[in-house]
Amino acid sequence: MNVFHFFLQHHEEILELTLEHLWLVGISTVLAVLIGIPLGILSAHWPVWNKPVLGTANIIQTIPSLALFGFLLPVPWIGARADRLAILALTLYALLPVIRNTYTGIRGVDPSVVEAGRGMGLTGRQLLFQVELPLAVSVILSGIRVAVVVSVGLATIAAAIGAGGLGEFIFRGLAMVNNQLILAGAVPAAVLALSADFGLGWLERRLQPR
Amino acid sequence: MRTISTNGPVIEFRDVLYVLPNGQMLLRSLNLQVQRGETLVLLGRSGSGKTTTLKLINRLLNPSGGEVRVNGAPTAESDVIRLRRSIGYVIQDVGLFPHFTVERNIGLVPRIEGWSSNRIHSRVEELLQMVGLDREIASRYPHQLSGGQRQRVGVARALAADPSILLMDEPFGALDALTRDQLQREFLSLQQRLNKTVVFVTHDLREALRLGSRIALMEGGRLVTVLPPQDFLRSTDSLAAAYVQAFGEGLNSVATRGSE
Ligand SMILES: Nc1ncnc2c1ncn2[C@@H]1O[C@H](COP(=O)(O)OP(=O)(O)O)[C@@H](O)[C@H]1O
Ligand SMILES: [Mg+2]
Repeated sequence: MNVFHFFLQHHEEILELTLEHLWLVGISTVLAVLIGIPLGILSAHWPVWNKPVLGTANIIQTIPSLALFGFLLPVPWIGARADRLAILALTLYALLPVIRNTYTGIRGVDPSVVEAGRGMGLTGRQLLFQVELPLAVSVILSGIRVAVVVSVGLATIAAAIGAGGLGEFIFRGLAMVNNQLILAGAVPAAVLALSADFGLGWLERRLQPR
Repeated sequence: MRTISTNGPVIEFRDVLYVLPNGQMLLRSLNLQVQRGETLVLLGRSGSGKTTTLKLINRLLNPSGGEVRVNGAPTAESDVIRLRRSIGYVIQDVGLFPHFTVERNIGLVPRIEGWSSNRIHSRVEELLQMVGLDREIASRYPHQLSGGQRQRVGVARALAADPSILLMDEPFGALDALTRDQLQREFLSLQQRLNKTVVFVTHDLREALRLGSRIALMEGGRLVTVLPPQDFLRSTDSLAAAYVQAFGEGLNSVATRGSE
């Protein structure tokens, strides 16, 4: 039986696990964006926050993923279910690129543009929403793109703690020494990562300020 | 013409100090008055404290000592956003919003102030004409403009909500000589019509003589002297004399305004 037939035969399960995978990545990315962008703005505007915020996000990034699952296991409510655990871990990993690019994007806005805006009497909020964020948007998006691509790969490990996703196939394939099973997990994951990379990259270029 | 009866200066510095957090004193005991409708030029070499002085007026900086008054009221007590919207601000790098068209750049403060879009639109047209730009330019983005056009848009934007005060920090400093000459000429005729109270920063004596009704000479964070252009040329102050010497011949024809 070749790989193609295998995919046809298992298409329902592949679809189900792909959706599960998307769910893990999607929720964690949304959470990382909701938390990371404000933290990035905070560290761009108040330099004292820069080191603690980016430093913490950096340290989290260096923790091996399996170990992070282990550390989070005792956390109440979160530790009770594998998918919560996986989503929290993926969120934590996705934070760094989102925070860092928000910071870089805002700090990269031409100082004379900011000075002109302040000088003409824009409030801090008006300056942020009408000037700084619109000018930083493509840099921020590129951080989100990196976060998504990394998450798609990392989420395969979530299957190790029973959170589902395409990692299921991979772990089963490893246990049974079955390459077709491994491919059934790896190929859709790669397709997801590539399409996210392409789609968000396209959006990024469209929103690039002149 | 409107005649506005006023008591006292529009802008006033009273014993103003400006000290950096590291203790370095950038401005010391600055006393200066700017009268309604005049163009006061802050002249001095780079690093002499001109920009610092200018930013104290619209509170982009706050004095470490003394007080700055605008229209009689200490700026420290006024609402900083209202204060800035009542003062036009033009800088050398212009700082146009690159993601906005010319029309949105000019119309931003009016829009925030809640003007109707019809009123904003006609105001933008009026301003473009005022600064000598074609109305076709309204839909362009800043990167599609020349340096001179950009600076004109910068002036139009500063005038948008019709402030009575205009602060200009080396606005023509980055332009080529011909464009600079043209914009200086236009500035003079615009100022003749609008009668704003202008504080104009430059390190160019020629520009100071041409545009200023009075010249305030700065050096090392101090105000050295304040004189009308013709008097500046005849000044016995050593620094003023050094300036006149450095800029050489033909200055008399530039300085049109004097105290005689
Ligand atoms: N925030 C700052 N930190 C350190 N030095 C500063 C700062 N702002 C201004 N200076 C210094 O103060 C001096 C006066 O600056 P400025 O008012 O910009 O002068 P000017 O506009 O006449 O060139 C300069 O020597 C400048 O380098
Ligand atoms: Mg300066």
